[in-house]
Amino acid sequence: MTDSLQDPVTAVVASLAQVAVVVLVAPLLVGLMRQVRARMEGRVGAGVWQPWRDLRKLFRRQPVTPVGTTWAFRAAPLLLVATALVVAATIPLLTTHTVLDRVADLFAVVGLLTLGTVVLALAALNTGTAFGGMGASREVTVLALVEPTILVAVFALSARVGSTNLGQLVDAALHDPLRVVSPASLLAAAALLVVTVAETGRLPVDNPATHLELTMLHEAMVLEYSGVDLGLVELAASMRLTLLLGLVASLFTPWGIATSLAGLPLALVAFTAKVAVLAAALAAAEVLLAKLRLFRVPELLAGSFVLALLAATTSFFLA
Amino acid sequence: MNILGWGLTAAVALAGLGTLAALVAPERVRPMLAGAATAGVGGAGLAAGVAAVAGVGYHARLPWLLPLFGVELVLDPLGGLFVAVAGGVSLVAAVYGIGYAARGHGNQSRSTQAVLPLFVLTLLLVPAAGSVSTLLVTWELMALTSLVLVLTDHRARPRVTHAGLWYAVMTHLGFVAILAGLVAFAAAAGGDTFEALRAARLSPALAAVVFGAALVGFGSKAGLVPLHVWLPRAHPEAPSQVSAMLSAAMVNLGVYGVVRVGLDLLGGGPAGWWLVVLGLGAASALYGILHAAMASDLKRLLAYSTVENMGLVFLAVGVAGLFHAHGEERLAAVALAAGLLHVVNHAGFKTVLFLTAGSVLRATGGRDLNALGGLSRRMPVTTGLFAFGALGAMALPPGNGFVSEWLLLQSLVHPPAGTGVVTAVVLPLAVAVVALTAGLAMATFVKALGVGFFARPRSHVPERAVESPPLMLAAVGVAAAACAGLAVAPTALGPALSRVTGDTLDVAPAVVGGALTVRLAGIASTISPVLILVALVAAVALTALLAQVVARRPARRRDAPLWDCGAGPPTPRMQYTATSFAEPLQRVFADVLAPETTVDTQHASPYLLARMRYQRRLPDRIEYWLYRPVLVAVNALSRSARALANGSVHRYLAYGFFGSIALLVALVVIP
Repeated sequence: MTDSLQDPVTAVVASLAQVAVVVLVAPLLVGLMRQVRARMEGRVGAGVWQPWRDLRKLFRRQPVTPVGTTWAFRAAPLLLVATALVVAATIPLLTTHTVLDRVADLFAVVGLLTLGTVVLALAALNTGTAFGGMGASREVTVLALVEPTILVAVFALSARVGSTNLGQLVDAALHDPLRVVSPASLLAAAALLVVTVAETGRLPVDNPATHLELTMLHEAMVLEYSGVDLGLVELAASMRLTLLLGLVASLFTPWGIATSLAGLPLALVAFTAKVAVLAAALAAAEVLLAKLRLFRVPELLAGSFVLALLAATTSFFLA
Repeated sequence: MNILGWGLTAAVALAGLGTLAALVAPERVRPMLAGAATAGVGGAGLAAGVAAVAGVGYHARLPWLLPLFGVELVLDPLGGLFVAVAGGVSLVAAVYGIGYAARGHGNQSRSTQAVLPLFVLTLLLVPAAGSVSTLLVTWELMALTSLVLVLTDHRARPRVTHAGLWYAVMTHLGFVAILAGLVAFAAAAGGDTFEALRAARLSPALAAVVFGAALVGFGSKAGLVPLHVWLPRAHPEAPSQVSAMLSAAMVNLGVYGVVRVGLDLLGGGPAGWWLVVLGLGAASALYGILHAAMASDLKRLLAYSTVENMGLVFLAVGVAGLFHAHGEERLAAVALAAGLLHVVNHAGFKTVLFLTAGSVLRATGGRDLNALGGLSRRMPVTTGLFAFGALGAMALPPGNGFVSEWLLLQSLVHPPAGTGVVTAVVLPLAVAVVALTAGLAMATFVKALGVGFFARPRSHVPERAVESPPLMLAAVGVAAAACAGLAVAPTALGPALSRVTGDTLDVAPAVVGGALTVRLAGIASTISPVLILVALVAAVALTALLAQVVARRPARRRDAPLWDCGAGPPTPRMQYTATSFAEPLQRVFADVLAPETTVDTQHASPYLLARMRYQRRLPDRIEYWLYRPVLVAVNALSRSARALANGSVHRYLAYGFFGSIALLVALVVIP
């Protein structure tokens, strides 16, 4: 039943559709989250389309190169978006047979997302400002501590499937729906959700709504960017959020993913609904949460690591 | 005599010529002659190693060269892999050394230049040794020659002497362990050659003793925690091209020794041995990278990163042995292949990193990251090369380190059924260690690259830096090209790795296969490093194109001063330094690192500070807890022994007399 999508041409079409959907939906998702927060806090909100308006404005502005920066600063936004695009063409969001499915497995996807953060941190250090260094230092600290949780959760998911390629992971979950509600899977899902929050710089790890707060991470790194460069960085940040939410949705609620070309429209609806629900839930949680002190964040990450480790050992014994 | 024989003979001849030339040549041409000979030795080793890995065998016996046992040379694929790596690293580093010494830089002293070719020769001969005595002799020669090289700059800096002392003591303690273990092995086997050892059947207790001694001896050479203390002292203090040879080639021989003795000669052994190896490897990886993440001395950072990478290799070897003990040969082969591939990859990127660090040292005279910065303007090519090496060390795609760590993770995340509770706990923890190590390596090299090479100059030293001469850049470029090759086409090494693991573990070949895509025996996961790179390049091009199209006016860039939230312009002293960059991680891991910080404040008035001094020391805790008590005890013992020697000749004669009597009595009493 999955044959029609294994044909290379359809795989290319489906993957391109995926990339296009991620690029288009990502800013809307950020808009949705801001709108949910605004409504829950009793404000009117700027509307779902505001991030797109911001991007349109930024893309028309002249970029400014701060004196003293080098090629690393200029190349970082392009590389950041590029890593997000490659990941968008790899992970199963609409179809389990993307063109890059055999090319990059879950470890490679994690590596590519990390690469994006690394180039941004290097660009922040390249500016030679105190804020740039602060943001870079804190971001890589959080990232280094997140890594074990991600990979151990991958262990828990892949141990029984026998593969770390995402297409096979999601296929296995589709064919065996009970697998999704197994203890290992639920624990891994909880761990990965915490990771998603940390990786995308949301509350309680980082506050995306503030500038100039001494506790910020991601925003401190991009302070010197402007114009097209800033637009690309913002677009990439929203794409990474969409990708990680989409990945969690596909791994733990794989239903609706297209198994034939005709299933693509339905898959599109299912994907949008799933990430919208997840994003709205995340935004609602953010209203109720305060930001953690930076040096309490490792405790949160240690908690998620324990969940992942439990998931991995459970996958062993309940296999 | 086949190609291997000719290669080794050429290496010996060139080493002799190089040493002779360095001894007689005038100082002006000495580095060039010795460097060319050393490069020749390396090249010959590379050729011989590649041929050996390709399946050409070699066996030679020279009974006249050593009394009693003679010299036995055997080159099989396993040894060939290490010979090839050592040869390649030495070739590049020697050519770099010629450029390094040009125009009065570096050390042209007769002893250093004369010993260099000999050291490289011993690096090639250790993996080619085919008997216990040959191995011990070449091992000791390697230790002595490398000690001379480490001590090169001892007149200029007292720290070098100190580092040399640590190295001398540790390497000889290691030698004693290897000597004791292998001699006991040979005595039980009734023969000296590796063939005889392989055929021997040891009692489990003796086998465990032999393996333990070999692990201590070889592990100390590889910088395995807690025997690592000499490595971060000695490697940075050597001249930079020697640092590269030590860190990229010599440490590998520790891995070789453990694989040779444990998996090949002893043929595996119980799972417990390998759990110890795995645990020590994991501890080394974490401890090494944690100290690297804290270091602000560029070469010390790289040396600690060597401890980390050797730890990862030992972790892989431990996993291989563990699976081998459980009879899971295919997974064991994948784990061993991951470890050996990481040896090759680490050699590649560590050569690039140490040589570029040497270029920075040559250009600025310093290696303290807190005083550097802004090098990417003054030394763009060197910065690019360092960035490339750092990508490999961070184990991120599309770097070469990623491929071997991927292989290692693959061998860990597919647990075989029915191997017991221990593996169920150990394997996820091993994955976590590898992941945390990768994360901290990322932080370490973002710091090294971002603080040292990007940012703005923190002192006037990096402002005057000039780019290295073409010969040095070309040498590092060759090493970087090799890394790039390993990164995009790791499958080219597939047959070689399959042959080596197949020989060592007796499994069917084709462990690592595929062309564009990396395929593993018995594991469904695949990646294609080259296609990931192609996809990334295409995505960058697409993004640049779309950004141009969307921005209606052609976006002309404008230069402007730093904004810095309107507070600017900030001075270079306001930047984050390497120490401040690592501070959050230092806080998180404070329990392990136990940093000593002192803050001195002087008040101008009760409310105003006049000056403030922050000082942080990060002593190696293992050294403090494990070695200091021993050193204190040895010192106390030797002080108390002074009473025995009060200068009286009569007393010394009496010692001699009673000593001989005691010996004679002992010989009579003990049957």
